[in-house]
Amino acid sequence: MNVLNFVNAFFSDSAHWQGYDGIPARLGEHVQYTLEALALAAAIGLPIGLVTGHYGRGGNALSLVATAGRALPSFGLLVLMTTLLGFGMLPVMIPLVVLAVPPILVTTYEAMRSVDPSPVDAARGMGMHESRILFQVELPVALPLILSGLRSAAIQIVSTATIAAYVSLGGLGRYIVDGLYQRNYEKVVGGATLVAVLALVTLALFWAVARVAVSPGVRRS
Amino acid sequence: MSEFLHDFFDMPSDLQHSWIGLVGLHLREALLPVAAGLLLALPIAQLCIRFRWLYPPVLGVTTVLYAVPSLAFFVVLINYTGQTELTVMIPLAVYSLVVLVPAIVDGVRSVPQETLSAATAMGFGPVRRYFQVQLPIAVPAIIAGLRVATVSSISLVSVGMLIGNQGALGNLLHDAQIYNRPELTWNSVITTALLAILVDALLVLVRVLLTPWMPSGSAGRRQAPALKDAAR
Repeated sequence: MNVLNFVNAFFSDSAHWQGYDGIPARLGEHVQYTLEALALAAAIGLPIGLVTGHYGRGGNALSLVATAGRALPSFGLLVLMTTLLGFGMLPVMIPLVVLAVPPILVTTYEAMRSVDPSPVDAARGMGMHESRILFQVELPVALPLILSGLRSAAIQIVSTATIAAYVSLGGLGRYIVDGLYQRNYEKVVGGATLVAVLALVTLALFWAVARVAVSPGVRRS
Repeated sequence: MSEFLHDFFDMPSDLQHSWIGLVGLHLREALLPVAAGLLLALPIAQLCIRFRWLYPPVLGVTTVLYAVPSLAFFVVLINYTGQTELTVMIPLAVYSLVVLVPAIVDGVRSVPQETLSAATAMGFGPVRRYFQVQLPIAVPAIIAGLRVATVSSISLVSVGMLIGNQGALGNLLHDAQIYNRPELTWNSVITTALLAILVDALLVLVRVLLTPWMPSGSAGRRQAPALKDAAR
């Protein structure tokens, strides 16, 4: 297995484990980009999705926004933003957020819409305030789906954050882009492996969060 | 203005394509994988419906494959398929499975039992029942999945630029930088986005044509369950 040899060579070279271009530093940068973009996207997508889903309005508008967000090519947007805004974090954050908002928004809306209406009516009949219905009845039931939306957003950010390296920022994409230019295949494959592993760790993390956060009653059904 | 338009559509000669040529190339690199994904997803989904225990592991495997970043996927494939179009298209086909398999499974499963029984009572065999009853009823869900798969595929092709200029319209991004022509970046982004929106609208049209029995007003609601899987 050719690829495995490259992977092995990359990870066993101690030079790859230290300094500003070392694996810990690049991994830290990558995680930082991911968390920032995910936090921004969630701050935009979650409230809008929760409120529109609660009132059941604006579904068509949301699907338009989501289609438009998906249609914008992340890579092209990155290069365009860099041309317009210069080098920095902002041109990287914009495409990542544009990429992550549609899944969060649409899934949250759909999750809220798919909540069984009878407990919601019961809560309303008991005199619960709308905001309490939203947070204490609908949100717990919709949580598994909402988390799955956040999960796919997070995974897309992890894999897309690699392109930040193309506009001279750090992150694990550094290895792939540099390796391609230096014709250093070992570096390219090593970087690709690291991104894939990080994506899988994200997957596992969300699975664990869902185990802890989703109430047992909801999980059983 | 006309000078600007001339610059806007004037493709650098190293791309060896006109603007229309790049659009065609982009569509081919984006749509062929989705078509291949659909051909693969139909039998996989059918197996998942036949053998229920198969569905969770299949979902798991496709989700894990989806977690492999496109750039990483491209790079690993270079070893086998070189810096070619095929290297860009294989990952895109695999990604489309993640959206299409659940969409088809949900769509086919949503066919009411009475409808299936009626078909059987009319003397339909399993094959004919599948093609003439189950698949047509699942069309809205399948198209909802296809829309997401196609749009993200069109957007992802651009990344192919990084592996030896295999990104069709994405190649403009590189040329924009080396020739210092920012209008090419605009061209790439706008054209790609417009292509995605056009193809998306076309798929909606196909759904309307394929499901004449559905009132167009409720079409949006019907596809909702697939949307949530498709939201990835």
